[in-house]
Amino acid sequence: MGLTGLQKDSKRASDVPLREIVAHLAENRAQLREEWVRRITDAQLLTAMTKDELFAEATSVYDSYVDALETRTLESLQAYAQNLSERIIPRGVETHEVVGIVLLLRDVLARSLFTKYHDTPALLDRVLDAYEPAANSIAITVAVGFVRERERVIRQQQESIRELSTPVLQVRERLLIQPIIGVIDPHRARQLTEQLLRGIRDTRARVVVIDITGVAAMDANVANHLVLTVEAARLLGASVIVTGLSPEIAQTLVNIGVDLGKMRTVGDLQGGIEEAERLLGYKVVPVAEPQA
Amino acid sequence: MEVPILKQGPYLIAIIQSALADADIVHLRDALVEKVGRHRSLGVIIDVTALDVMDSFATGTLRDMAHMVRLRGAETVIVGIQPDVAFAMVHMGLKMEGVATALDLEEGLAYLDQRTRAVRHR
Repeated sequence: MGLTGLQKDSKRASDVPLREIVAHLAENRAQLREEWVRRITDAQLLTAMTKDELFAEATSVYDSYVDALETRTLESLQAYAQNLSERIIPRGVETHEVVGIVLLLRDVLARSLFTKYHDTPALLDRVLDAYEPAANSIAITVAVGFVRERERVIRQQQESIRELSTPVLQVRERLLIQPIIGVIDPHRARQLTEQLLRGIRDTRARVVVIDITGVAAMDANVANHLVLTVEAARLLGASVIVTGLSPEIAQTLVNIGVDLGKMRTVGDLQGGIEEAERLLGYKVVPVAEPQA
Repeated sequence: MEVPILKQGPYLIAIIQSALADADIVHLRDALVEKVGRHRSLGVIIDVTALDVMDSFATGTLRDMAHMVRLRGAETVIVGIQPDVAFAMVHMGLKMEGVATALDLEEGLAYLDQRTRAVRHR
């Protein structure tokens, strides 16, 4: 991918402005870089980094930036942006910070060019004609690189959530527990149901406790799915007790108009197991005084 | 294909062996409802283990049959609905309201024994 703005410009006139810009930026590297870091610190961006890290990172970005202007290609900058994103995303750096620092650098450099060509408006025009489109594509490249990396991380995390096993555990003869933790999307909901129904058939369970303490919220679709699961389990001859409903989930279930006559719910897992034992005719009694 | 109806003590047991045409299901319904009275049965078990599809007609007919049997003084329990079938059914809104279901024949018998205990020991 080339810098379209630059190529257009070089066809139209000459490479002189761009070469001049690069020379200027290389010459004033130390000063401009410091100015930039100061602006970043003032704007309170990249606060997750220490001062030294920030300075080192700023130096690499600055050099890549000048390099992209000089070679008029974005490949190495793209690679650098991806590498940078990989390193800073786990540290909680936000999109606005990354875009912010690149725009700050653009600003710092533009101001410096203004100052330098202040007295020769004609040359300034050509310099800015060359600089602006190039700076824009660099900013876009870095931002896109960051967002793409972020999306990749999100996809990966969704994948791992999907792969999280959701065990169906037998706690007593004919009593199963299915603890559900984390986000439930439609795909995972389906998987949970399949595992539960298979578990009922394989262990000949009569009562199932589905514990959703670890689920903060669910949308109407997933809530509906939960209701269907309860119904399907009944068709297999098992009663379902749902425990640990958060206020948000309770709200969702009320909003979709769930028939409470069909769904048995108990506050917490302990209560659910006690209720299940009652249904199955178990009675748990202590055999001795607990040791103090 | 006609479904054989077995008499086992106070219960009638019908084991569906293969997919049924609508007419066969209606026939099964009529035969069972009639036999409940003739044998003075207390319970009916329909075993659908072999079915890998339960459509709305079959579900509706079995549900009606359960209600008719109830009116003639006996309990019905449907047994052996497979996990995939169960989920497909609830997805289509076929929920068999008011009909007892159990995992398999053994569970169905246990359910009927428990439901009819009072009557049998009179």
